Amino acid sequence: MSEIKLENLEKSFDDFVAVEKSDLTIQDNEFFVLLGPSGCGKTTTLRMIAGLELPTSGKILLDNEDVTFLRASQRDIAFVFQLFALYPHMNVKKNLAFPLKMQGFKKSEINKRIEEVSELLRIQHLLNSKVSSLSGGDRQRVALGRAIVRRPKAFLMDEPLGTLDAEFRELMCLELRKLHNDIKATTVYVTHDQLEAMSMGDRIAVMNKGKIIQFGTPKDIYLKPKTKFVGSFIGSPAMNFIPIHHPVEKNQNKIVINGENYDIPQSFGGTNSPTNYLGIRPEKMFLTDKKGIPGIVFGSEYLGARKILTIKSEFGNFKVRVSNQVNARIGSNVKINFEPKSAIVFDGTTDKAIESRYIKLN
Amino acid sequence: MVDTSRSPTESSGFSRKLAALIIIIYAVVTLIPITWIILTGFKSVTSSITYPPEVFFEPSLEGYVNLFTTRTRQSQEYLEALPPPETWYEELVRSREMVIAGPSKFFGRYANSLIIGFGATFLSVFLGALAAYAFSRFKIPLKDDLMFFILSTRMFPPIAVAVPIFIMYRKIGLGDTHLGMIILYTVVNLSLAVWLLKGFMDEIPREYEEAAMIDGYTRMGAFFKIVLPQATTGIAATAIFCMIFSWNEYAFAVLLTQFNAQTAPPFIPTIIGEGGQDWSAIGAGTTLFLIPVMIFTVVLRKHLLRGITFGAVRK
Ligand SMILES: Nc1ncnc2c1ncn2[C@@H]1O[C@H](COP(=O)(O)OP(=O)(O)OP(=O)(O)O)[C@@H](O)[C@H]1O
Ligand SMILES: [Mg+2]
Repeated sequence: MSEIKLENLEKSFDDFVAVEKSDLTIQDNEFFVLLGPSGCGKTTTLRMIAGLELPTSGKILLDNEDVTFLRASQRDIAFVFQLFALYPHMNVKKNLAFPLKMQGFKKSEINKRIEEVSELLRIQHLLNSKVSSLSGGDRQRVALGRAIVRRPKAFLMDEPLGTLDAEFRELMCLELRKLHNDIKATTVYVTHDQLEAMSMGDRIAVMNKGKIIQFGTPKDIYLKPKTKFVGSFIGSPAMNFIPIHHPVEKNQNKIVINGENYDIPQSFGGTNSPTNYLGIRPEKMFLTDKKGIPGIVFGSEYLGARKILTIKSEFGNFKVRVSNQVNARIGSNVKINFEPKSAIVFDGTTDKAIESRYIKLN
Repeated sequence: MVDTSRSPTESSGFSRKLAALIIIIYAVVTLIPITWIILTGFKSVTSSITYPPEVFFEPSLEGYVNLFTTRTRQSQEYLEALPPPETWYEELVRSREMVIAGPSKFFGRYANSLIIGFGATFLSVFLGALAAYAFSRFKIPLKDDLMFFILSTRMFPPIAVAVPIFIMYRKIGLGDTHLGMIILYTVVNLSLAVWLLKGFMDEIPREYEEAAMIDGYTRMGAFFKIVLPQATTGIAATAIFCMIFSWNEYAFAVLLTQFNAQTAPPFIPTIIGEGGQDWSAIGAGTTLFLIPVMIFTVVLRKHLLRGITFGAVRK
C-alpha cells in the first residue's frame, strides 16, 4: 500500500554534504536494505524519510504524496532506533500503548492490538516488565512491537540488530524476515553489515560517502558490482583485485599480468587509465600447476567442506575459496588462476566497472 | 590473612569506620545549633533566658502559644475577676499574668512564605525546563553567549539591584504583592535552573523524543510525556535549590514586603520586639520554619536517588 520515492534528495550539515543527490524508489511491500560503511549517510537518509531531519533539497514522496516537509507525526511511518529508544519510565505494555493513545483509540481496541502484537512477537510474558529489566533481544522485540501496533504505512529500521551478539543476531534476522513475510509492510532497513543485507533484503542500495552507488537484488549486486568499492564491500571474503598496467580497449578480451596473457570477457567499453584493476570473487579463483600468479600460502581457514586460503603474492593478499580436498600447506609455493567469465575490469581512475559480455550493468 | 569476603575494589573495614566517625562528628557539630534552637522552642520564656543555659528543663509550649498570639499584661485583680480559662493555652497565658488579645501575624506570614516559596520554585523549574530544553536541542544563534548572559545575572549579589527594583516595583504596583515576590525569586533562580537543567537534558538521548514524535506526538507532547519524566533527577535537584533560596531569602523580603506579602524570614525577628526577649517564641517560629524545606528535600531526595540509578542501567 505504500511506495517511498526519493527524488534528488540532498542533505548538508553546514558545509558538509552528508547525502548527495539521491534517487531511489522503494516499492510497496518490499524489504529494502540501505547498506554502507560507517558515516556514509544511511541514518541521515532514513531520518529524512521519517521526518526527523529536513532535506536541503529534493523531494520525498510517500504513495505519490509529497511529504518532504510534513512533520514526523503526520507521516504515519514507524521507526526502530538503533538503541531501541524504549521509554524507560514506562513498562512494556505502556510503551506499546503509547502510539495508540495519541491516535485516540478506545481502551478495548488498544488492549486488543497489544494482545495481537505481543502474541506475534512472543512477548506476552513481558508486558508488565520494566524496560530496564529486558535483555537485548527482548528490547528488540518490544521496539518492533511498538512499531507494528500502529499499523503504519512503512517501517524504517536503523541497525536494529547492531547491539546484539552474533548468534542472536542471526536468529533475529530470520525472525525479522519472517515477520516481514507475515505483515508485508514496506520496510527500509539500514545496516553496515553486508551479510545481514544479503540475507534479508529483497533489494539493496549500496551507499558510500553520501552517494547511492548501486541498487538491485543481492544477487545482482554480488555478481555485477558497478564499482570497485561495491565489489570490495560486498562478499565475505571480499573480492580480490589484480592491478593491470595497461589501458583496456573496447572489444578487448585479453589482458596482461606479469607479461602473460589472460582471457577476460570481451569488453564493451574501454578506459585510457594506465592502471586498472581486475576483480575476481574468491570462489572463482583456483590453484593450478600451469600458468598462474605465483604466491605463498599464508593462511588457511577451515569451513567444513570448503576452506579459504590466504595467498601472499606480489599484488597483495588474495583470498581463495577452494574445496577441502585441495592440498595446500602453509608456506608452500602455489600458482593461482581465475575463471575468465567472472572477471570484471574496474577503471583505475573512476573505480567504475567496464561493461562486458557477462557484466551488463543496468 | 586476606579478607576474601569483600572485593579488592572496596575500601577496608577500618577506613570505612573512620569515614563514618568523621561524618558523625561533622553531623553532630552542624546539628548542635539547630538542636539548640528547636529545644529553645520548647522552653518556657524564663528558662530560655537563664544563665548558664539549661540543658535539662521542663518542656513547655509557651513559645508556641506566644508565637501564635498577641497578649496584654493585666493586673492580678483583673485576672481574678475573669471567668475561669476555657483552654489550656489561656490558662498558660494567665499564669504569666497576661490575657490573649488576639492571634499574631505569624500564620499569615507563614502562609505567604509557602505561597511565594512554592510559586517561585514551580515557575523557576517550569520556565527553566523549557529554556533548558530549547538550549539543549535547537540550533540557536549565539547560543553560548546567551547561556553566558543568563549565568552573568548571578555574577553580582542580587541585592545590588535592590534599589532599582524597589522603585520599579512601586511604580508598577508589584511592591508588597505575592506575584511580585514570585516573579523576583523566579528571576533570581532562573539562571541556576537553566544551567542545571540543560546539563540533565543534554544527557537524555534525543531518540526518546524522536520516537515519541514518530509515534504521533507533537514536540510539546513529547517534551511533557517523555523528556520531563526522564529529567526527574534534574528537576528534583533544581527544585530543591530554588526552594531553599526562595524560602530563606531575607534581604528582598525586608525591603519589598510589609503587610500583605511579608514572608516568615523578616517576620520572625520582629517577635523579639513584642514584649521582651521572647527566645522561646523565636525558637518555635524557627522550628516551624524549618519543617517545609525539610519535608520538601526529603521527599525529592528519593527522586534524586531513583534518578541516578535510572541512568546507570542503560541509555
Ligand atoms: N546533525 C549533524 N550535524 C553534523 N553532521 C552530521 C549530523 N548528523 C550526521 N552528520 C554527519 O553526516 C555523516 C553521515 O552520518 P550518518 O549518521 O547518516 O552515517 P551512517 O551511515 O548512519 O553511519 P553509521 O553506520 O556510523 O551509523 C557523518 O559523517 C556524520 O558525521
Ligand atoms: Mg547510522
